Amino acid sequence: MIAETGLIALLIAAALALLQAAMGFGALRPDGESLLRAVRPVAVVQAAMTVTAFAMLLLLFSQTDLSVKLVAEDSATTLPLLYRITGAWGNHEGSMLMWVTILAVAGAAVAMFERRLPERTLAATIGAQGLIAMGFFAFLLFSSNPFERLPVPPVEGSGFNPLLQDPGLAFHPPTLYVGYVGLSVAFSFAVGALLTRDVSPAFARAMRPWVLGAWIFLTLGITAGSYWAYYELGWGGWWFWDPTENASLMPWLAATALLHSVSVLATRDGLRAWTVMLAVVAFSMSMVGTFLVRSGILTSVHAFALDPRRGAFILILLALYIGGALALFGARIATVAEGNRFDPVSREGALVANNLLLSAILGVVLIGTLYPLLVESATGDKLSVGPPYFNAAAGPLALILVAIMAGGPMMRWRRDRLVTVGRRVAIPAAVVVVALVAVLGALPGLRILPLLGLVLAAGAAAASVAPLWKRNLRRTPLFTWGMVVAHLGIAVSLAGMASESAFSQETLIAARPGETVHVGPYAIRFAAIDPIAGENYTAVKATLVATRGASTPITLSPEQRTFDNPPQQTAESAIATLVDGQLYTVVGEPVPGGRWQLRLWWKPFVTLIWAGGVLVAVGGALSLIGRVRPRRQVRAERDGYAR
Amino acid sequence: MTLRTVRILLWLPLAAFLLILALVAGGLIKPHDAAIRSQMVGRPLPAFDLASARGDATRIRAQGFADGKPRLLNFFASWCIPCVGEAPQLLALKRAGVAIEGIAVRDRPADLAAFLQQNGDPYERIGLDDSSGVQMALGSSGVPETFLIDGRGIVRSQHIGAIGPQDVGDMLAAVRAAQ
Amino acid sequence: MRQLLALALLVVPVALYADPVMAPEPLSYTQLPDPAAEARAQALMQTIRCVVCQGQSIADSDADLAGDMRAIIRQRIAAGEKPEAIRAWMIARYGRWVSYKPPLDPLTWPLWAAPVVLVAIGLLIARGTLRRRRAA
Repeated sequence: MIAETGLIALLIAAALALLQAAMGFGALRPDGESLLRAVRPVAVVQAAMTVTAFAMLLLLFSQTDLSVKLVAEDSATTLPLLYRITGAWGNHEGSMLMWVTILAVAGAAVAMFERRLPERTLAATIGAQGLIAMGFFAFLLFSSNPFERLPVPPVEGSGFNPLLQDPGLAFHPPTLYVGYVGLSVAFSFAVGALLTRDVSPAFARAMRPWVLGAWIFLTLGITAGSYWAYYELGWGGWWFWDPTENASLMPWLAATALLHSVSVLATRDGLRAWTVMLAVVAFSMSMVGTFLVRSGILTSVHAFALDPRRGAFILILLALYIGGALALFGARIATVAEGNRFDPVSREGALVANNLLLSAILGVVLIGTLYPLLVESATGDKLSVGPPYFNAAAGPLALILVAIMAGGPMMRWRRDRLVTVGRRVAIPAAVVVVALVAVLGALPGLRILPLLGLVLAAGAAAASVAPLWKRNLRRTPLFTWGMVVAHLGIAVSLAGMASESAFSQETLIAARPGETVHVGPYAIRFAAIDPIAGENYTAVKATLVATRGASTPITLSPEQRTFDNPPQQTAESAIATLVDGQLYTVVGEPVPGGRWQLRLWWKPFVTLIWAGGVLVAVGGALSLIGRVRPRRQVRAERDGYAR
Repeated sequence: MTLRTVRILLWLPLAAFLLILALVAGGLIKPHDAAIRSQMVGRPLPAFDLASARGDATRIRAQGFADGKPRLLNFFASWCIPCVGEAPQLLALKRAGVAIEGIAVRDRPADLAAFLQQNGDPYERIGLDDSSGVQMALGSSGVPETFLIDGRGIVRSQHIGAIGPQDVGDMLAAVRAAQ
Repeated sequence: MRQLLALALLVVPVALYADPVMAPEPLSYTQLPDPAAEARAQALMQTIRCVVCQGQSIADSDADLAGDMRAIIRQRIAAGEKPEAIRAWMIARYGRWVSYKPPLDPLTWPLWAAPVVLVAIGLLIARGTLRRRRAA
């Protein structure tokens, strides 16, 4: 009954989405007044139905109802409860259902809470949200039904991928999805504004909190994903420029650009067309990222390959939504009155530079990700585009971007003089010079990117707190705090990346129990190796005792796990987090002579990478609170961030 | 910029998107082959000199292939499950008069002997490739894989994966063509 | 997450095979004694794509063939060979695909030109916009 309830809820939600789209767009007609108010409750009920369907799926998974095909294929009764539940979105159908659930909830949130947007634009926005949801409901119902029953239930499920059996799965995909799908609101706002030709500072102010909200989750999702890959994959890497990672980075880059351009639109009524386009692009990147990468076309791995029917379905949806929005943009945006003019040397000038660089990085990532596909379809040659390209092509752009991020907030809106700007950036510039001298002196022979990264991080950290200088901190608006914290987070993260790249130390060795090996400042005694049994796996556990100088020894226990449903081995790393870095240990396979492969890394200040990511998200949250609370909003808006 | 160019610029994002869409649609229609093909096809067999897996003193050397007779060079291993499925086809090829040389990848002679006992032995000689050196030299990325080497010692083709019953005819024809 | 998912699934084809019984080459899991040589080997290994699991570099892969590739790279580096010569050797066998660093040739000129071209286009749009705005 549970599966049938879920299916029926899904059917009702799909019908409501259709109604929502019809009413939302219908409200734009001259006689559509009455529809304006009625469309809101429809969106809310639609979301309630979708949430019901998703709740039913969770219930099926937590009970491991093997008569449901999806559960039988992707779960097992022997799994721990946590993974029986998170397994609901560790597969294609379940993750799709989670995707539309978030979409529906986002639409309902707009319907319930949005008060600033002009009524007609709002109705069109909710209509657009309904239209998007409808397509994906159809996709679920026609080709990816998560509630399909099996005629004969198996005795046991096929199990769940061991690499996904990690608490990270409970947090990371939902967070990332809220970010991806949250951007649909900005997309729908843009479509609504294009339909009503109403792109104004008021529109920007209404859109900003929604973009911020999605962006916070996207930031957290990417940060969490990076850390998860770091400890789960067991080789110490934290970013691989894998197509799936790029797919999460591209919407983030677009959303970050959008956040900044929306500020220009809200404050100075400039960059109208550009902002609308970014709003469309950000969610388009989310959709392209979620579906095309998983289709297996890009990764050159058939693991996730959609069958042609599903692939074609998704492709048509993307063509309709993204193509439709971009065509609407091309046709309509010229009729939107042009925004304000502004001076190149000004806050908005710096924000334009920020947008330019973010878009260029986005372009590099997009081109680099798709280039192998382009080459293969044109010439049949296989090509790989990996870290060496992305680091070389996007790295320098990112460093310039950080420099602009440091200087931009010190410029005034409207117009500024280079001399006064120069005076304001004097202190951070001095920090950069001191850092450069210090790094060059202490660490000769450092590679250029890590060197510039370290130096710029120091300067950017100093510059990011400059907007608080000589300011009454208690009266400083919360969104200024938000900007400061987020920019500081970028500097912190950059410092972590540069430090990891420059100072990591690695020891790969085969050792016998009782031996002592060294990595970085640590002496590590390989104390023991023992067999252990987990809930659904067996493992060998190494006991490593690490000491540095006279400090208290740390015990680490990396494991090599063997799962049998499905059969697979995973290396569970053991990581000790210290104030000044992380000690990362992995035990590999046994080798002749009673020895075991050990992989050990000492990574100074590597945690700053993710701490910075969290800071960025916290900054976003502060900003969001500051924007949503109406106090002193108008005056601050006029004055912008500058003192 | 004139208003005209601006108006054209506004359609650029759509054009870019349609390009991406076309690319992906192409990729979807013609799902590409994940196998990494060897680039050694058409080039001389790289030099190697391997110990025999049969425990005798014979060596299996690259030079030995340039004796005017085309051969199949089969990479396999006793730990490789698809290799078991391939064995009957190799035996059929041998019966049809095809010379097959084997290279056992990361394998132990004792395990190999048991494997050959169970699945038949179509090989003229078997070399032990303990650290995948010959496999890499030939640009092979797994087991089983079969290369056709012509009588002048030139690599003529590569078959990735197990040879199925449906492949035997083609392979026989290819060997004859390389005569 | 999907990265993990993808990577996890990459491992699956390997699971079709039983594990090889041979002990791995020592240089596949131990470093060269000379830190400078090891650093060169490591930098190269980071940019050679694993032909078995396909989603990872051989420096990050548990596949046996990746281990043997690491061993051969370390041996050749220790013997004094230049990393780019080893990369060329790999490309001659497995094609351009095996190198995560796209070689600079006519096929990849557009790729390597992309950042410069993108920034130039961006500057053109931004400058046009600013100038147009100033004149308006």
